[in-house]
Parts: sequence; C-alpha cells; structure tokens
Amino acid sequence: MGDIAVPHGLAEAYEPSLFGTYSKKIGMWLFLLSDSLTFGALLFAYSYGRISNPQWPTPFHKESILNATVMTGCLLSSSLTMVLAVLAARRGDRSWTRNWILFTMLFGTAFVLLHALEWSKLIAQGMTPFKNPWAATVPQFGGTFFTLTGMHMLHVTIGVIYLGVVALRKKWLPTLLLLWLVAWWLTSPDNVFHIGVHVLLLGVVVSGMVLFLKPKDYDAHDVEIAGLYWHFVDLVWMFIFPLVYLMSTRVTG
Amino acid sequence: MEPMSAHAATHHAPPQGFIRKYVFSVDHKIIGIQYTTLSLVAAFIGMALSWAMRIHLGWPDAHIPLLSMFSPNGAPGGLMTPEYYLSLMTMHGTIMAFFVLTAAPMAGFGNFMLPIQVGAADMAFPRLNMASFWVTFVGFVLACATFFIPDGPPLSGWTAYAPLSAVGTVAGPGQGWGQNFWGLSIAVFCVASLLGALNFIVTTLDLRTKGMTLSRLPLSTWAWFINAWVSLLAFAVLLPTCLLLVLDRLGGTSFFIPAGLVINDQLQPHSGGSPLLFQHLFWFFGHPEVYIIILPAFGIVSHILPTFIRKPLVGGWKAITYAMIAVGTLSFVVWGHHMFVSGMSPFMAMVFSVPTLFITIPSVIAVLIWTFSLYRANMRFDTPMLFSLGFISLFISGGIGGFFLAQPSTDSYLHATSFVVGHFHFTMGLSAIFAAFAGFYYWFPKMWGRMMNETLGKVHFWLSFVLVYCVFMTMHLTGFAGAVRRYSAFVDDFMVPLIPTQRFISVAALLLGAAQFIFLFNAIWSRFQGPKAPDNPWGATTLEWDTTSPPPFDNFGGRQITVYHGPMEYDGEASVMQTSPEVSVAGT
Repeated sequence: MGDIAVPHGLAEAYEPSLFGTYSKKIGMWLFLLSDSLTFGALLFAYSYGRISNPQWPTPFHKESILNATVMTGCLLSSSLTMVLAVLAARRGDRSWTRNWILFTMLFGTAFVLLHALEWSKLIAQGMTPFKNPWAATVPQFGGTFFTLTGMHMLHVTIGVIYLGVVALRKKWLPTLLLLWLVAWWLTSPDNVFHIGVHVLLLGVVVSGMVLFLKPKDYDAHDVEIAGLYWHFVDLVWMFIFPLVYLMSTRVTG
Repeated sequence: MEPMSAHAATHHAPPQGFIRKYVFSVDHKIIGIQYTTLSLVAAFIGMALSWAMRIHLGWPDAHIPLLSMFSPNGAPGGLMTPEYYLSLMTMHGTIMAFFVLTAAPMAGFGNFMLPIQVGAADMAFPRLNMASFWVTFVGFVLACATFFIPDGPPLSGWTAYAPLSAVGTVAGPGQGWGQNFWGLSIAVFCVASLLGALNFIVTTLDLRTKGMTLSRLPLSTWAWFINAWVSLLAFAVLLPTCLLLVLDRLGGTSFFIPAGLVINDQLQPHSGGSPLLFQHLFWFFGHPEVYIIILPAFGIVSHILPTFIRKPLVGGWKAITYAMIAVGTLSFVVWGHHMFVSGMSPFMAMVFSVPTLFITIPSVIAVLIWTFSLYRANMRFDTPMLFSLGFISLFISGGIGGFFLAQPSTDSYLHATSFVVGHFHFTMGLSAIFAAFAGFYYWFPKMWGRMMNETLGKVHFWLSFVLVYCVFMTMHLTGFAGAVRRYSAFVDDFMVPLIPTQRFISVAALLLGAAQFIFLFNAIWSRFQGPKAPDNPWGATTLEWDTTSPPPFDNFGGRQITVYHGPMEYDGEASVMQTSPEVSVAGT
C-alpha cells in the first residue's frame, strides 16, 4: 500500500484531520474496530452455545492451563518487545527496531507452535469440530474451541508475516514466499508439527534474513501501525484465555 | 515542496493502456462507474426473477417455456416447482439487497462523487478501492453461478435462516452447493463492503480540501460517511455468521442446528445448536443493513432537493445530519423486532419494540424536513426532482405500514403475509431505487458528460410511480386479507378469491418492469447521442459541479480548491458555489 494519502503536516492544501494523525493509522484503527466485532460475534456464539448447554464439559486441567499460561506469557512479552520496537523506530535506531521486531516475531511464532502442539494433543484425544470425548451431546465444545482459537491463530500468523514484511526489504518477499511454500509441501499432514511448522520455518527464515540484512530505514508510522495490529491480537487472546480455558477447568474443592 | 504537487506526487499518475485505465483501474471515478454498471446488470437480473415469480402467482398453471430452457429441473415443461419458486425468491432478495441496493447508492455514486465533493483527487487508499470492487465482482459471480450448478440456487431466502440453510441437500434442491455458493458469495461481499467503508471514512476525515469543514460537507457526503460507519460495524458481524454457517454445512459443526431435528423424515446428526443464534447474528447485521440501504438514499435526496427548490432545507445541515446519525445509531439496537414470533422471550420482544418505535422519530424528522422544505418553494420539476419527490412519497407510505409491524400484537397477525412484502418494498426497496434513479438522472451529466432526455425521464417517472403503488399498495391489502408470504401459489380455499387481485398485481409488476426499459434505452442512447453536458446544468453549488463534465483525471485539473460556504447557498434563482468567496445569499 504505497499509495498512501498525504501525510498531514506536509500538505497545506487540506483541512486538518479530525484526529490529527496519519491516514493509514486511522485505516488500521477502523479495521481493528470491525475485527473486534467479528471476534465479538464469535465470542457471542460461544457464550450462547455454552449457556444453552448445561452439560458443557470442563476438561482443561493443570497441563492445558500451564501450556495456555506459557502461551499467554509469550504474547504479553511480544507486546512489550513491540512497544520497544516502536520506541526504537521513533528515535531512528534502525538496528534495535529490527531486533525488537525480530523478538516479537519469535514470541508470536512460539505462541503458534505451542498452540499447534496443543491442538494436535486434543485431536489425538478425539476432539474435533463436531465431537468431543467428554460430552457427546455438546459438539459445540469442539466447534467453538477450534473456531475461536483457529481464527485467533490465523490472526497471529498473519501478524508474524506482516511484521516480517515491515522489517524486510520488498525484494525479499518472493524468496520468502517460495521458502514458505517448500516448507508447507515438505511436511506430511500426519506430522505433529504440521500445523505450526510453516509458521516456525517462516519465523526462522525471516529472523535469519533480518539478522543478515543491513537494517533498512524504517518508517516509524509503519512500525507503529503494525504494532496496533499486534496489540489488538494480543488483546483478543486476553478474552479467549479466561473464557475458553479458565472457565473450562473443573474446580474441585 | 509545493502543496499541490505533493498531493499529485503521492497519488498515482494517469494510467496508460486499456486494462489499467478501464478494467483494473485505481481511479475512483472509473470504480464508481464499474459499481453502478454492476448494480444495473444485477437490478435487471433481479427484476427478471420477480417477473417469473409474479407470472406464476397470477397464473399458477402457466408454462413459461424460457424457464424450462433455463432450468430443466426447476421448471420441467416450463411449470415451476414450489422449490424453484423459493429459489427465485431467494436469489431475487439476495441480488437486490446486496448487489443492487447496498452497492449502487453507496459504492456506485459514493465512489464517484465523495472524493470530488470533499475536494480530493482520489480516495485515501485507491488500490484498496480497486480491490473492493473486484472482490464485490467475485461475490456477484458466485451468486449468479448458483443458477448454473445442477441443483440450482438455494431456497432459504435472502436471510438464509438456519436450520434450513445449515443442513444440506436433505432440506431441498439447491441447499447443497447452491447454499454453499451463497454463503461464500455473501462472505466475500462482506469483505468488499468492509474495505469500501474503511476507505470512505478515512477519505472524509482526512482528504477534505482547505475550508471544507464538517459543517460545509454536502449532505450526500454526510450520508455516505455515516453509512460507512454502519457498514463497517454491521458487515463485520455478517462475515463470521457466514463463516459459522459454512462450517455447519461443510465442517460438520452444529452451531445453528438443534438436537432431534427431523427434516424430510430424516433425523439430523446434530445436537446442541440454536437456530435463534443464527437469527440474532443475522439480524444484528440485517437490521442495520436496511439502513445501510436507505441512508445513502436520504443523503442523495437531501443533496438534490435544495438545488431544485432553490433554498436550504429546513433546519440547515444540522437537523437532517443529526437525524441521520440518530437513525444510524439506533439501527443497532432494534434487530430483535425481526424475531417477535421466532420463539424469543416475550420480554425481549418488548425490549426491542421500544427502540423500534423510537427509531421512527429521527426518520419522521427527516421526512418532515423534506416536506416542510417544499413549502412555498420555487420548485423546478426536472426528472431528478420528480424521483426525489417519489422517494419521499414512497418512504412515507412504507413508514405508515411500519407502525403496524413495530408492535408485537399486530405483527403476530401480519408477520408472514404480503403486508410485510409491500411494506419493505416501499421503505427500503423502491424508495431506495427511486433515490438511486434521482441520483442517476442528477449525476449522469457529470459521470458521462452528456445530458439525458428529459421527456423520456418524465415518462419513466410517472409510469414507475403509478405502477409501484399499484403493485405494493395492493400487496398491503392482500396481506390484511391473509395472503401468505413465500407461497408459490394461492390455491388454498380462503386464498382463491384473492386470485384476481394477484393477477392485477402481476400485470402491474410486468408493466412496471417494462417501464424500466425506457430508462435503459434513455441511459444508453444519451451516453452516446445525448447533447454535451455543461459543467453545471442544474445550477448546483457543490464541488462536483465546479469542474468539467466528466471531471479530469485529478478531478480539478491541478486547481487548488478552497471552500468558503456550506452547500445550501440558495436564494431563489441566485446560488453561490462553495468555492466562491462571495458573501452568502441565504444566511446559512
């Protein structure tokens, strides 16, 4: 999207923007507003299904909760590194902008990987979008779980790629996509890592390339806009974690 | 750097070559024309479907040979099956609601006019704009493709109520891949609308030229701006709804399908889901959707009226704008009134009926503004004005029917009758179409650089206006008499006496459709043979009339635009362009 509108402050020909900010940033805020309604609808569907099915199972125990807590930790840390990347970009520190974006991508990749491992464990236990081993009459348990967390995982994956695009020069993108496709083809579908491996490889490849490349001149606005998206994805997880995981733990007294 | 050259430099250069110029164009004017053309094609397809339905309702034994060529399964020997009738009804609603009424007044005219009206050279994100048109196009192709797959189009209505839409072919022909295509088509349309809405909002906020404060925006820009917010929030919910529906159909989930559901003597292998969930999610989008359809119509009419009555609207820009903001906001809290008889808690019915009655207040304010503004006005009856008046008339007539439907007690009797069909065709169907016609006749000189024929335009208006009342006012009456909605033929005892009335509606509907070919001829003929249009044929004051017809690539030929007035600077015959530094004539 190089065809960005005129940055304010440059053009005297315009009325000042209502929010006194960059057009692209307002665009991102608007996207996040509509995306929050999309997640809101999915969470509403989850709540509706849960309330109308009293036999809702609560199978998530110590191990799952521990795993999800580590995942939450990854995302929270990635928000911190994202903030540091934005600050570095603002003061024009190219190498630290690159490094902090890299750390953010690594935390994001770790999140997706842990999530993929958990998915494969649940699938091995017999949970699918249309059935679960804990309550046969409540197939929504699997359906809502996979829809909500899958939608969120998709957002994290897109976020990792997006950050890679921000951090990299454009000419490397075709190579990156090629490597990604090769990684996708080389993993067999029954492999435990299949779901997460392309994200992992992508992360490794991008990190390697970023480290070996001379840092480019970052536009602090672009880094900040990518940061807005990243923080939003983290925020969504802060709703999914308690609603889907913590509320599905059996509390024994 | 010179400000204007910074502007030109950051925007794209004029494209070379046919494909970049007319097909994958990033120019908002071309994209606006593309949207308008797509809507026109869609409107004629949708109208042809309604013809087939009306012929069948009037003459249930009639054979339509063309139909059997088109669909040998759906209409063997030309006599349509009840299922095929429902398919036609579904696709009529889908094509008209999404690809005509949502697309034409907002994306069509809005794309062309909004950047010019605020004094910008293009939309804020031109490539995103191109993407939103081509994504819409994919959605339209997917919707039309349902006619050519073996089972035919889906039959669960434009609302695609679950569980009928969620269970698959067991629910009837077309509920297999037809319904899948439908879900994908609408999901794709949602993405396109979201991109478009985002672009409209940023353009209005950020690209207003010097002096174009919010209080000086034309009312059509205000309407598109408000409407973009409503679209942004509403389509964001329809998207996951379509996703869950497609998952139920293809992924085997049970979001919308309850336990123990038996369809066509087959027990469905699902449990735990809720059809009410679908209705909540759908109508959270669906009710704002009817305002997404009507708000641009409000804007177009409020934009056109001051030009032809030669004075400002009563209440200035504030009253009508606040009314539109109120309508847009309230539209998000009334969705439950579509579900009064769906099994929702009666307490909730009461909760939703109160804001439903409230939303009539800003709507009535808008209507009163338009009608009071006509008082003692020196009116000119050009075709755009006639269609604007037609819009007001239809909107009032439809709105009166709304009082009956907003109350759960009377709605329980009327909800599934043709009263509802007549009501919503008046309020959101034909009134929005009339406003779109007003916009088309008004902006045609600007979009194509030629004038349309006035006489043909007036003939088109009077025929359409009279026949629309014949069709849809009569439907209100048959609804009181108990004619049930969605039935493919009225052969049950109590409905047999209504058959002559049904035939009257059918004949009027066929004539109404035929009258639209006058319009089509006028548009095509004038496009090539009409007299050359002057820059400002109507004596209007807004920026789109302050440039050549059609406008140059960067809209103002490199001119720096500065705005000094609001758009309603009229006093009798005198008017002041928004760019003119002269003192205001009407004191607004």
